[in-house]
Amino acid sequence: MKAEDTELLKEFTPEQVAKLDSIIEKHKGKAGGLIPVLEEAQVCLEYLPLPVQKRIAQGLNLPLSRVYGVVTFYSFFTMTPRGKHTVRVCLGTACYVRGGKAIAEALEKQFNIREGETTEDRMFTLESVRCLGACGLGPVVVVDEDVHGRVKPAKLKEILSQYH
Amino acid sequence: MSTVKLTIDNRPVEAPAGATILEAARSAGIKIPTLCAWPEIHHTPGACRVCMTEVEGQRSLIAACVFPVSEGMVVRTNTEKVRKARKMVVELLLANHPQECNFCVRNGSCELQKAAEFVGLKEVRFPCTEFPQKEKIIDRSSPSIVRDNRKCIECHRCVTVCDQIQTVSVLTPAFRGSAVKVTPAFDLPLIASNCVACGQCILACPVGALYEKDDVDAVWAALQDPAKHVIVQEAPAIRAALGEEFGMPPGSLVTGKMTAALRRLGFDKVFDTNFTADLTIIEEGNELLKRVKEGGTLPMITSCSPGWIKFCEHFYPDLLPHLSTCKSPQQMFGALAKTYYAEFAGIDPKNIVSVSIMPCTAKKFEAQRPEMAASGYRDVDYVLTTRELGRMIREAGIDFENLADEDYDAPMGEYTGAGTIFGATGGVMEAALRTVYAVVTGGNLPNLDITPVRGLEGVKEATVKVGALGDVNVAVAHGLGNARKLLDKIREGKADYAFIEVMCCPGGCIAGGGEPIPTNNDIRLKRSAALYADDGKVQKNRQSHENESVKKLYDKFLKEPLGHKSHDLLHTHYTKRGTEMPHGQGR
Repeated sequence: MKAEDTELLKEFTPEQVAKLDSIIEKHKGKAGGLIPVLEEAQVCLEYLPLPVQKRIAQGLNLPLSRVYGVVTFYSFFTMTPRGKHTVRVCLGTACYVRGGKAIAEALEKQFNIREGETTEDRMFTLESVRCLGACGLGPVVVVDEDVHGRVKPAKLKEILSQYH
Repeated sequence: MSTVKLTIDNRPVEAPAGATILEAARSAGIKIPTLCAWPEIHHTPGACRVCMTEVEGQRSLIAACVFPVSEGMVVRTNTEKVRKARKMVVELLLANHPQECNFCVRNGSCELQKAAEFVGLKEVRFPCTEFPQKEKIIDRSSPSIVRDNRKCIECHRCVTVCDQIQTVSVLTPAFRGSAVKVTPAFDLPLIASNCVACGQCILACPVGALYEKDDVDAVWAALQDPAKHVIVQEAPAIRAALGEEFGMPPGSLVTGKMTAALRRLGFDKVFDTNFTADLTIIEEGNELLKRVKEGGTLPMITSCSPGWIKFCEHFYPDLLPHLSTCKSPQQMFGALAKTYYAEFAGIDPKNIVSVSIMPCTAKKFEAQRPEMAASGYRDVDYVLTTRELGRMIREAGIDFENLADEDYDAPMGEYTGAGTIFGATGGVMEAALRTVYAVVTGGNLPNLDITPVRGLEGVKEATVKVGALGDVNVAVAHGLGNARKLLDKIREGKADYAFIEVMCCPGGCIAGGGEPIPTNNDIRLKRSAALYADDGKVQKNRQSHENESVKKLYDKFLKEPLGHKSHDLLHTHYTKRGTEMPHGQGR
């Protein structure tokens, strides 16, 4: 077994690795194939760590630096694993002045992570957004697809307890 | 080619269709400042925004480096609006740039400094003075190149040189917006990347974000130590470029002044890498003949250029048997310095400090390779670039330009014209063919100038009739992108050559990553011309086998080419560096 396979299999199942290879195979040799490969790979593997990017670079015959440059450029791509649920705190102007910052800080404290990171149990990923167009409800927290308005730091535990 | 007529600053200008405003203005003698455009390597990202100009009919200011000219266009490069915008752009670039100009390695050759002067900047209202993460940001992992991202202005010239010209593709722009930075993949330190240490990125950098690892202080310390016998060798390319460090015109051949300056710095003996360049030709020429006669791996490829060696080790490990086993002249010199010379002078080799002056940053890496200790000691202790030597000479207060010429020391100073042209692309090939011809036929080539292998064409080919061997096909590539063309041909079994010369840097060593800044094609040609003049006009002997000191070296010490001692001291082996960092060149 090749070294990069063992590196990959530490994180992913053999089925996932096989799927990754078939994604690479599908787009190989086509101009502009990198971005679709990255998109499909992320859907399949949830995130794009170093061994995955190496596999893609090798498969598409590209320098690793180019793959890394594209992955870091687009906010859609992530190099850290995502939580089961995504928590987005609005830090747009209206939410910010109504206490959005305090909500973000409380979440960081509660999760023991910083913005952009994922909790150790991979339940929650914490992100911030700039205005969701729901300023009247500020401060707003969105968990997955659910919008929670007029959030206070004390209410966070109760909100999050709905998500397992 | 069709042309268009336009007006720049109320003057009629004619420019080729498709030219940019910047090119048209330059051809008309109108200067526009820019920090990112580098048309010579087709790099015009329009990233720095310093080249603002006003174009009639356009709503906003225009970046001259990317905007094509058109018929009847009216351009203004010197209006109130333009001057204000340029000032602001440069001010903002400086706002998050360390205010360290006085002790920056690029003080005096910095393009950002020049741009600030150009636009008449009088103050930076929001200077960033503190970088608490400084030591975390600066990457000193490579023995050759230091990267200081604090100073990077995101012009991406280094990315283009690394990716398009050298096809090493280590550096990439990553992230976006204010977080954007130039970095190897995954922020790896350079030493862990595929970097071949060529230093072309240093020549490309407009500021002090990329520079050679400085070994000047270590050499000063050795020179001050009375217990040490400090000797120095200088690569061919130094004598054709060092003058530029002191304001002399490119192409000045300063061999004698260089020798004099090195003596004044306190080196105990001033020798010459050209001496071992001649020696390399004897060994390599015989190796080639042996391979031809005994059916060894052909084509044989030259091994003088350490950036090229590292490239082959990373990217074409299957072709390593094609490399000549000869060490580079620098390392041959190092191995002999602490054996042959130590014996000759009656000095304990442990007290010898061997310094080399190289046009090359990869030479610093080469000197540190674990196997480069054939003498029982580190063969070459310190490697300084042309620029570092320039700094030492200035620091010592030596009036370089007015020095009287001095001559080399024996027994490792004498050289021939063949040794000196090692510094230019095609030079090793030409030198080797002169000697191979003589060994095979017993006579001299009818014309010692082998012009098809000279010049800046990316890949050059020639066929030379060599007595009983018949027609010998050779090829020369400089710049690693060009080298790839020949290597891929070998892989496909289509390379019908006996001998190939590869030099890592475009133009050869005279444009190595350690040479004076600026280095461009015009300067490349002038520096090469200086070396060809040294060969054609200055040196009495033009063939390596005519070097009397090399003959003596064989008589007294090595005995014969490819002999036992040569094998131990002058030949080496290579390391497969694998492919853990993918480097494909697909698009």
